[in-house]
Amino acid sequence: MNSLISKRTFLSYLAATPLVIGALQFISPVKFAHAAADAPKTSGPFTLPKLPYATNALEKAIDAQTMEIHHGKHHQAYVDKLNEEVAKDPALKGKMLDEIIGEVSKYPAAVRNNAGGHWNHSFFWNLMTPEPTTMSDELKQAIEDSYGTVEEFKKQFEEAGTKQFGSGWVWLVVTSEITVEIVTTPNQDNPLMDVVELGGTPILGNDVWEHAYYLRYFNKRADYLKSWWNVVNWKVVSENYAKAKL
Amino acid sequence: MAFTLPELPYAYDALGPYMSKETLEFHHDKHHQAYVTKANELIAGTGLENLSLEEAMVAAFKDKSKAGLFNQLGQHFNHIHFWHWMKKGGGGNKLPGKLEAQITKDLEGFEGFKKKFIEAGTTQFGSGWAWLAMDNASGKLEIVKTPNGENPVVLGKTALLGVDVWEHSYYIDYRNARPKYLEAFVDSLINWDYVAELYEKGPMKIAA
Ligand SMILES: [Fe+2]
Ligand SMILES: [Fe+2]
Ligand SMILES: [Fe+2]
Repeated sequence: MNSLISKRTFLSYLAATPLVIGALQFISPVKFAHAAADAPKTSGPFTLPKLPYATNALEKAIDAQTMEIHHGKHHQAYVDKLNEEVAKDPALKGKMLDEIIGEVSKYPAAVRNNAGGHWNHSFFWNLMTPEPTTMSDELKQAIEDSYGTVEEFKKQFEEAGTKQFGSGWVWLVVTSEITVEIVTTPNQDNPLMDVVELGGTPILGNDVWEHAYYLRYFNKRADYLKSWWNVVNWKVVSENYAKAKL
Repeated sequence: MAFTLPELPYAYDALGPYMSKETLEFHHDKHHQAYVTKANELIAGTGLENLSLEEAMVAAFKDKSKAGLFNQLGQHFNHIHFWHWMKKGGGGNKLPGKLEAQITKDLEGFEGFKKKFIEAGTTQFGSGWAWLAMDNASGKLEIVKTPNGENPVVLGKTALLGVDVWEHSYYIDYRNARPKYLEAFVDSLINWDYVAELYEKGPMKIAA
C-alpha cells in the first residue's frame, strides 16, 4: 500500500463505502476483508477475515489474549504462507479456497497445511458468539438420531477432541448418508479434503492445537473442550446443517 | 515393569529465562507424567510389558493397531532424553572435539547444523520434534524432523539431540514465536556433553 496509485484506489473505495471504515485495518488496497463465513468462496491473494466479535467477547471460554494471538498471529501466518504458495504456482491462481481444499492432493504439503489453516480458522471464528443461541429442531433431531441425546453427543465430541493426539481438529460432519458424525483430523486437515478418508461436510469444529487453549487451560484440553460449549453459536451450526444436507 | 517419571536433572528454575519454571512444571509434571501414566495403562495385556522402553516403543511403532500405545511410549522416550539435552549455561558453539569434527564434515559445521536444525524445527508442521540423528548404517549425522511422538530410533537411526516443538514446550515463554524458542535452545540450552555421550555410545539398534 505504499504506491500512490494503490493509495488512491484505496481512498476511492473508502469514499464510496463509508460504512466499512471499521474494517479498515484488514483492508488491502484492492479488496475488502471478507466475513469469516465467506472465506471458502474467496480466491487468492487471501485476506485475514475480521473477527465477528471483540477479542474479549468469548471470555466464558477463551481469553482475549488467546483470541488476539490465535487470530492475529496464527491465522494470519496461514494466510500469508498460503499466499506465498499461490504466488509460486500458476495452477492456484484464481482458485477458490473451497476448490483448493477439495483437490489438495494435487499440491505441495504447504498448500494442504496453509489452505487448511485458513479454511479451518475462518470457519471456527464464525462458530462462536457471546450471545446465547439454540439449535434448530432438525439439527437436534439429527444429533439425537446419531447419539441419543445432545448431552451424549457433547460427551463424545469432547472425548474425541481429547484423544486426538497432537495438533488437530474435532468436527461434526454431515456424511453422504445425511447423518451427523464426529470425526477428527490431524494438524490443519479438513474433512472436505480429498486426502481425508473419513470425510463429510463440517458443520461444527473445534481447534485442539495447544495454541487454542494453552494460556488459560495449559495441559487440560478436556476442560477447554467442555467450556467451549458456552460460546458455540448454535444458530450458525444449524444453518450449516441445513445447507450441508441439501 | 511399570514405567516411571524420572526427576528433572536440575531445578525447575535452572533454565530461566530461556525456559521458565512454569513451563518445566507443566511440561515435566503434567505432560510427561501423562505419557507415563497412559503408557502403563495401554501396555497392559499387549505382551510388550516385559520389554525395555526402547524395544516396546519400536514394536508398538511397527504394529499399526498399537498406534495409541506407541504415541505414549515414543513421548516417554523423547522426554526422558529431552530433559538431559538441556542444562543451565548450555548452548553455544563449543562442542566436544570428535563430535564437532563430524558435524563439520556432515553438516557444514556448527553454523550449518544450527541453520538446518532450526529450520527443521520451524517447518515441522504441528506437534513434533526436530533432531540431530546418526544413521545407523552409514554413521553419518543428519537433521531429521518427526511428527507427534515419533523419533529417529523408530526410523532406524540414533537420536543424538532432539528439541520438542509441541506448542506446550514454548507457548508460555514464546507464544507463537517458535523460531525464537529454537534460537534460544541452540544458543543457551543445549547440553552438548550429553549429546557427545550418546555420540560416543554409537548406533542405538533396537530389535523389534
Ligand atoms: Fe501454532
Ligand atoms: Fe488454531
Ligand atoms: Fe513435550
